Amino acid sequence: MSQQQLEKIEKEMFEIVGGRHEETEKLAKKSVSFWKEVIIRFAHNKLAIFGLIALMAILLMAIFAPIFSQYTYSEQLGLYNKAPSAANWFGTDDLGRDVFVRVWEGARISLFIGITAAIIDLVIGVVWGSISGLAGERVDNIMMRIADVLTAVPYLLVVIVLSVVLGNGALGDGLLPMIIALSVTGWINMARIVRGEVLSIKNQEYVLAARTLGANTKHLIIKHLIPNALGAILVTMTLTIPMAIFTEAFLSYLGLGVSAPLASWGTMASEGNNAITNAPWRLIFPALMISLTIFAFNAVGDGLRDALDPKLRK
Amino acid sequence: MAKKLLEIKNLTQYFGSSKEPVKAVDGISFDIYEGETLGLVGESGCGKSTTGRSIIRLYDITDGEIIFNGKDVHSSKSANEMKQFNRQMQMIFQDPYASLNPRMKAGEIISEAFDIHGLYKNKKERLEKVESLLEAVGLNKEHANRYAHEFSGGQRQRIGIARALSLNPSFIIADEPISALDVSIQAQVVNLLKQLQKELNLTYLFIAHDLSMVKYISDRIAVMYRGKIVEIGLADDIYHSPVHPYTKSLLSAIPLPDPISESKRTRIPYVHEELDESASLYEVADMHFVYGTAASVKKWQNT
Amino acid sequence: MSEPILQVKDLRIHFKTFAGFVQAVRGVNFELKAGETLAIVGESGSGKSVTSNALMKLIPEPPGIYESGEIIFNGRDLIPLSDKEMSKVRGNEISMIFQDPMTSLNPTMRVGRQITEVILKHKNVSASEAKKRAIKLLDQVGIPMPEKRYKQYPHEFSGGMRQRVVIAIALAAEPKLLIADEPTTALDVTIQAQILELMKDIQKTSNTSIIFITHDLGVVANVADRVAVMYAGQIVEYGTVNEIFYNPKHPYTWGLLGSMPDIDSNSDELLRTIPGSPPDLTQPPKGDAFAARNEFALAIDYEKEPPMFQVSETHFAKTWLLHPDAPKIPIPEAVAKRIEGYLGKENMLNGEKTIRN
Repeated sequence: MSQQQLEKIEKEMFEIVGGRHEETEKLAKKSVSFWKEVIIRFAHNKLAIFGLIALMAILLMAIFAPIFSQYTYSEQLGLYNKAPSAANWFGTDDLGRDVFVRVWEGARISLFIGITAAIIDLVIGVVWGSISGLAGERVDNIMMRIADVLTAVPYLLVVIVLSVVLGNGALGDGLLPMIIALSVTGWINMARIVRGEVLSIKNQEYVLAARTLGANTKHLIIKHLIPNALGAILVTMTLTIPMAIFTEAFLSYLGLGVSAPLASWGTMASEGNNAITNAPWRLIFPALMISLTIFAFNAVGDGLRDALDPKLRK
Repeated sequence: MAKKLLEIKNLTQYFGSSKEPVKAVDGISFDIYEGETLGLVGESGCGKSTTGRSIIRLYDITDGEIIFNGKDVHSSKSANEMKQFNRQMQMIFQDPYASLNPRMKAGEIISEAFDIHGLYKNKKERLEKVESLLEAVGLNKEHANRYAHEFSGGQRQRIGIARALSLNPSFIIADEPISALDVSIQAQVVNLLKQLQKELNLTYLFIAHDLSMVKYISDRIAVMYRGKIVEIGLADDIYHSPVHPYTKSLLSAIPLPDPISESKRTRIPYVHEELDESASLYEVADMHFVYGTAASVKKWQNT
Repeated sequence: MSEPILQVKDLRIHFKTFAGFVQAVRGVNFELKAGETLAIVGESGSGKSVTSNALMKLIPEPPGIYESGEIIFNGRDLIPLSDKEMSKVRGNEISMIFQDPMTSLNPTMRVGRQITEVILKHKNVSASEAKKRAIKLLDQVGIPMPEKRYKQYPHEFSGGMRQRVVIAIALAAEPKLLIADEPTTALDVTIQAQILELMKDIQKTSNTSIIFITHDLGVVANVADRVAVMYAGQIVEYGTVNEIFYNPKHPYTWGLLGSMPDIDSNSDELLRTIPGSPPDLTQPPKGDAFAARNEFALAIDYEKEPPMFQVSETHFAKTWLLHPDAPKIPIPEAVAKRIEGYLGKENMLNGEKTIRN
């Protein structure tokens, strides 16, 4: 640490001009709201953006492909187990139906089940979790034990019982028992997460500050709890949808799904499995769609979680 | 003598099961006079923050009375009465990061109380009030549209102070308001609190573990240990003629920015003595009280 | 005079963030001799913790970047070392104590095993010998009933006792250098005093060098032989503890000393503060980074970064005020008065002036 050679500096430069501390209080960066910042961070995540694009594409195809296709999902073309061609992009099945249009018809069912189940989970989970988190210890204990008991109910049993009770096909072609079965236990995860968020937020100093200002419970929920728990709820929901889609596919694969001629990806894969040697496309395409959708939802969910993580905030 | 603004009588706050309660605050009594600053010091877990939160009704107390301006705080039940009380007593929190809602702008944070109390419904009026509060704490109106995370720790704490001032309170509980701040910023905030006290005639309960800052800001100091106030008196008396061995030990442990005296410092270790039932606060000098039995206080005074 | 055990030369560390590159450490130089304690003092964001983490090569890359510099420990530059080579240095030759004792202990492992693990990894001894040494260490750091405590889990210890365990682990391999990053900040003052005493005792017996990171000037005065004051990623003043406290030269050091209340200070006076906020290190200001908050800022401060001016053989300060052409600014009154008070008390006791500038 030796003294540096002093270069010649003009004397005037050594006049006291004083500080400019007001300038240091200025916030130089442009004001960015929390959610804008989340979007920017999300956009930096290549995998998440890929997932988002894939989901948009699947959604658009699910809506429009069956409308614009020259075939319908139940139309029998008389060409059995035909390999993919220019006329039938994904080939045909054993009854001569176009697999391409059936895959997108199936997408409608899979996505409908996934999203509906997620919305039901959201509503029940948020209400249950917030009450559990806000109410006192005793109410909380009772509510969480009920949730624990429900976790132990196997949904396979529920879906079989419901199918029998509601009658397969009687209501929405087997969709209803499926959705109910998925919802019986599905909301518990959401409820636990919301409860955890509420418990941690309600002891944050900004909530205590609002209470000392005289805020009532309604004010606390609207101004503090919801805005701060929204991120976790959103991530959980994004990750619930693929879970529901997968469970639906799994149940359909076991033959407990929607009834013919409707077909979800799970039933198609199940039927395709029997023809794996002579018509593999009947398994490959629906299986591919299941994988892609689940992967895309997970990529978006993980991307959202990373974008929301305050530890990375600068 | 100034008027008593706050009287705490036998304040008791237990947590956990009734069989084996955690005695966070174990029957303490003290008064706070109008216009003064009472410093409440003690180590983490001694019950000083719980005391502050119990006074402002963030917790329902186990036992005792808290009388503010002649009215019992914990007995008033109606929402209207509570709001009246909220307007007079406010709190500044410790953590400048956790005490501001990250989804709200500074202006919204400061005007939150106006929504709750239905004040300044006129938009222009409200804006003016927010601006004057920002100015009072050394920020400017441009800051109103910024989110909490855009501010530095010291600036955030000033927003927290502006929020506490928004209802024009007469009494403010400052719960370790500077312990999370840098040294140079601590001085800014303490100066601000002092200036505001003079301008607005505020009374403070200043809770802290940093004894040198407490000495500087407080008129009187109360020392807490294991849920009890062990010594209370004028700041100078506590510092220069402490009686309770815990106070002596605490004072002997403060490091000073003076290397020579530091090299000679001897710490006085504290060994807790269990006292019998007769223990209470004894007046050892004018306004200077020590918790103990008659015999123990006498012994401490002579050592 | 002994050779320095550690030399840091022109250390620069940047972090890549969404907002751009944060220049956290901007050309830091210092050295440390065996058995000496260097305190690095500064406020949050001054780069003091980044500097100390860098010495252990604990900066994650990315987002961290070792932009330039050398960390010469025992004659060897640590920067080019691989992670594998570093793991032989960490915990063995250099060990570190962090602020929060709970996060540096494994909650599922008995404390005895956490200590013997380090001994067994770095020292060629048998398991029973390691246990003997671990118990001795627990005793050495002032934990009563070490044989019993050896078998307990971290949650069975109080905060101060936990930090003692952390210190025991840090000392297990008899390191030459101990880096303590705010080791007492989370502790109560009485516990802090005990831990500081312990660290000084250990240093006396083992001749370990210590780098002590803190923001508390009282703690610095207590432990340090030498002090480096950091601001905005640079060392702005460097000297012996007496030089820094009794003859400070940098206006930032004046500000730090002035903003601490004195036990005897009159509470009607306002504290001296450093106005404003520290600069944003994604775009460090031109010239002297402290200029904007410095009431004595010179015109040149806004143009050119000052060099390190030498005040004495051991004392350096990075401010243009020390340039021969600069106006002579005395130490601000409030700070000067306090120093006089301290020294006066001393003179009264000793009858002579012991402080050399």
